[in-house]
Amino acid sequence: MTEQMRVAVSRDADIVTARQLGRDLATRAGFSGSDLTLIATAISEVARNIISYADNGEILLGLAAKDGRQGVLVVAQDDGPGIPDIDQAMLDGFSTGKSLGLGLPGARRLMDEFEIESEVGKGTTITMRKWCR
Amino acid sequence: MPVPILKQGEVLIASIQAALTDHDLLQLKDELADKIGRFRSRGVIIDVTALDVMDSFATRTLRGIAATARLRGAQAVVVGIQPDVAIAIVQLGLTLQGVATALDLEEGFEMLRRSMVKEGPQ
Repeated sequence: MTEQMRVAVSRDADIVTARQLGRDLATRAGFSGSDLTLIATAISEVARNIISYADNGEILLGLAAKDGRQGVLVVAQDDGPGIPDIDQAMLDGFSTGKSLGLGLPGARRLMDEFEIESEVGKGTTITMRKWCR
Repeated sequence: MPVPILKQGEVLIASIQAALTDHDLLQLKDELADKIGRFRSRGVIIDVTALDVMDSFATRTLRGIAATARLRGAQAVVVGIQPDVAIAIVQLGLTLQGVATALDLEEGFEMLRRSMVKEGPQ
């Protein structure tokens, strides 16, 4: 099963679109119940991060498989200013002033896998996965 | 999509019908602050039953709405947080501390009625 979607993120309505498409995809991947809400919420956080700090970017949604388990893949990428100190950005409550600073660490807690790559002046890519229970 | 705000006696009811953008939420805050004064309301119920996601922004804005209502002399109650949404809010590391919550619209009304009786007529 290969399925991929791309959502351009440049205004707040795109956050809603991305999380709704992500929930639909996760449903097709076999997730149910609260996992669907956890995935949709994590997508909402990384999409908002793009709008708050980079103005525009995109969310890629896809299916993933590992060891016979089905899952979803969420990639959020932007070519914004980048994150100078990722460890600091992942601390609960750290923010450069536009939020409570709970978005990224919160998203990490909602998903099973969470990686950030960022280069100052080039942009940020967040890759998240969650596996069906 | 703007949130319809209904008036029932001394209570305003913000009945969220569909997923909200950040802009919709901020607009709701402004409108409630305004209508509390216009209708001299003493209670506000925000019904979030239709929300399938409450992320950090939505949670923070609801806290802002409740605090704003209080400063305008009205008590706010958030009703209808879905079970999956409650689980996600906790896992995100967020709380609705300082915000009154009730299971549904009926319970929300009951909560406001009791606190208005306690405070007595103005």
